[in-house]
Amino acid sequence: MKEKIVKTISKAGPFIALLFVFGLFASLGGSDFRQWGTMNDILMLSVIVGIAALGATLVIISGGIDLSVGCTIAAVTVVIARMFNMRLGDSYLIEQFPILWPLCAMAGGVAFGAAVGVVIGSSVVGHIGRAAAVILGLLVMVWLRSGADWPLFVCIPLGILAGGALWFLNTISIKKTPLPPFIVTLGLWASLRGTAKWLAGGTSVYVDVSEVNGKAIWLNTIMRDIKVGDMILPMPGVWMWGLLAVAMGLMLKYTRFGRHIYAVGSNENTARLCGINVEKTKILTYLVAIACAGLAGVLRFAWLGMGDPTTDIGTELLVIASVVIGGASLNGGVGGIGGTLVGTLIIMIVYKGCTVLGLQNFVQEIVTGAIIVAAVTLDQIRHKKAD
Amino acid sequence: MGVHDASTPRLKMAGICKRFGPTVALGGVDLEARAGEAHALIGENGAGKSTLMKVLSGAYQADSGEMWIDGTVYQPRNPLDGRERGVAMIYQELSLAQHLSVMENIVLGNEPCSGPFMRWKDIRRIAGEALAHVGLETLPLETRAGALSNAKQQLIEIARSVATGAKILVFDEPTSSLSRQDIDNLFRLIRELKEKDYAIVYISHFLEEIQEITDRFTVLRDGESVGNGVTAEAAINDIITMMVGRDVDDLYPRSPRHIGGRVCETRHVAGAAKPADVSLDLHRGEVVGIAGVVGAGRTEFLRCLFALDPIRSGDVKIASIDGTLTPRRLWNAGVGIISEDRKREGLATALSIADNLTLSSQPFIITSTWQETVCRSWIEALPIKCASPFQAVDDLSGGNQQKVAIARLLHADVDILLLDEPTRGIDVGSKAQIYQLIDELAAGNPEAGVKPKAILVVSSYLPELLGICDRIGVMCKGKLGPLKAVGDVDEHSIMLEATGAGADEPKDGREG
Repeated sequence: MKEKIVKTISKAGPFIALLFVFGLFASLGGSDFRQWGTMNDILMLSVIVGIAALGATLVIISGGIDLSVGCTIAAVTVVIARMFNMRLGDSYLIEQFPILWPLCAMAGGVAFGAAVGVVIGSSVVGHIGRAAAVILGLLVMVWLRSGADWPLFVCIPLGILAGGALWFLNTISIKKTPLPPFIVTLGLWASLRGTAKWLAGGTSVYVDVSEVNGKAIWLNTIMRDIKVGDMILPMPGVWMWGLLAVAMGLMLKYTRFGRHIYAVGSNENTARLCGINVEKTKILTYLVAIACAGLAGVLRFAWLGMGDPTTDIGTELLVIASVVIGGASLNGGVGGIGGTLVGTLIIMIVYKGCTVLGLQNFVQEIVTGAIIVAAVTLDQIRHKKAD
Repeated sequence: MGVHDASTPRLKMAGICKRFGPTVALGGVDLEARAGEAHALIGENGAGKSTLMKVLSGAYQADSGEMWIDGTVYQPRNPLDGRERGVAMIYQELSLAQHLSVMENIVLGNEPCSGPFMRWKDIRRIAGEALAHVGLETLPLETRAGALSNAKQQLIEIARSVATGAKILVFDEPTSSLSRQDIDNLFRLIRELKEKDYAIVYISHFLEEIQEITDRFTVLRDGESVGNGVTAEAAINDIITMMVGRDVDDLYPRSPRHIGGRVCETRHVAGAAKPADVSLDLHRGEVVGIAGVVGAGRTEFLRCLFALDPIRSGDVKIASIDGTLTPRRLWNAGVGIISEDRKREGLATALSIADNLTLSSQPFIITSTWQETVCRSWIEALPIKCASPFQAVDDLSGGNQQKVAIARLLHADVDILLLDEPTRGIDVGSKAQIYQLIDELAAGNPEAGVKPKAILVVSSYLPELLGICDRIGVMCKGKLGPLKAVGDVDEHSIMLEATGAGADEPKDGREG
């Protein structure tokens, strides 16, 4: 019985920390903090980091890491802005059904994220040639679109064709040499930021998100509060975050793929012995995870209303911090979606709480740093006790 | 051999107890080692030898009991404390900093310094003297430790211990990765150390080695010291009886077995480096054993067979699979493997029993109810001692961990079992249960409609192979000899073949 209580408490550790942080600011900040508007702000601040962190949870459980999340987000905002300015809205279909446009933008952002995920995953498992194939495909698309000025519905299939050809050719010819994910994503951290700047032409890409060809669209409303009469409901982005969290949580706990992520992160050799295709699992993990980062990029674009290649510098660290505060281990095999949600909220409560208290930015940064170290220290003590 | 005044032993341990939660690892152990003698610590895996040595080194604190060094009370709070009092451990796994030079390794942690600056002249002198102690005067001091052979690294570890002023040297399985020549060198050194009045505690599974090098012995069983004496006066059989504490014959049940159709056939299989040439047949209803010395290529063969390592040449036909072998296809076709390395490969130890048990055959959607139902039946059938199916595998004893690994094969309902050292590092009770299970699987149960299974076992423990197998083959330098019926071989003939037709001394009596 006593053991059970101890176990429950130790499992609920991040939640207790969340309550503590919340209670602290609620009592210090008074009524300025304890109002719906502040709560809503915290949710709003959390959405982008939160969605990226959902993906990063998978990566970290699988024993990997992604340092390039912030750059993926920045690149996605630029990609969407460029697609916008290509007057995609001229096409007949989108003229008739304006709702297709935000859907296209979202799909484009998520697909770009997924492509980056495949590049990282392939490099990590050692299929350098496959990573190159995806990069080639993307480059062909960009070149045909902006260099040769071909319509998008021609560029995309041709890019996929070019990349696909190299993909299947090099499985035969290139030897496998696994790379540490830290190094792969550190490299992308620099190159992807550069790519974003290149695609943006060295500056921000301004667009008018509120309408296409005179017709209103809802992409910008993803990051605006919903007003129902006098009530203010959280923005659609928050709801998306919630739904995605539920989906990811279920996937991790109840699907074979989810259990395989834990197995690969916990002990790769065992996973291989048990007939799990470790390479495939890893690539899929990065694909899903960085597709999440792509979605976070879409939301960032909706929030900014432009493509900004210099946005989200440092977001990757907030994302990793969220996952780690949530109880995941950087050694892999341990972690969960619930913990990550709590981790993101803790960081943002501290941020908003400090603002409400009128404290300067540096206080928030110092406190966040202390929380990261404290969370992991408590976690280590907990594990030591378990031994 | 130095015979010294024995009034005060160099090391005395009395009534040492150590518990881990409900498990009693040591229940009152006594040990006395005199200066100038080598004292053997004998016992099966799990008998408490390593726990005892960790108490001695200061890595663990005993719950009760006392220790003395040269008559003064010794209570180490940590390994550093132990080292300062002159206790040095020479571990099985080498503990040199591979990227540092030999001399840096020797003075590591005791660097002679003037303020913050290393006194390289003194370091060279100290290192040189230490190396002279172990007969490595000619070794350049700048050599990178990682570039040396295992045997040399071990000598450098001994040199380091001598340089830090150790009086008691503990050797934990020092010969397990050494060639015969290196072993002779090591023994010569140990004899010299004895003459220089060091006390040596020597842990080994090889009883012949113990007879060769040690003067007295203490036997541990289930955490208690059950016997001691003068090595030269004790017969190997008496020592084994003390270690095992039961009649060994009961360990290996043997039901009538009916040999069925061929399920696996390999012809001249060769891997990347090992194995070199393996041909064998495996039938339903039989247990085939592969014997050989460590490094003969037996594990590598099983890994090739299970598509974990590439096959360079040769043919494998297993479980009617056409085309390329992959671990996934093998599992699906009813082939399962148990790894020799439970912690690094066999099990994901941080995950739960349920996750480990079901890892090789899971439906697309997994619920905890499903996992619980599946695991409960195996937990009861084997039985696995645990609190719940969702307990981490880390929390279990070695024997129960191994049963989880075996349950994975049973859950996947395999017909062909590849078992690599299935009883390594587990207690006698669990061993007996595993032997019984292997017998039941091979015999099948025609009345209940359970078909006999085919089992291929690799083991370094010969009595075990002789006890459970129907046919045994011996692998030597990557080549598998002909399979012979178990009645036609004995430990002596197997060791003769395993070591290359008597080129080496036979080594039986080796545990798991």
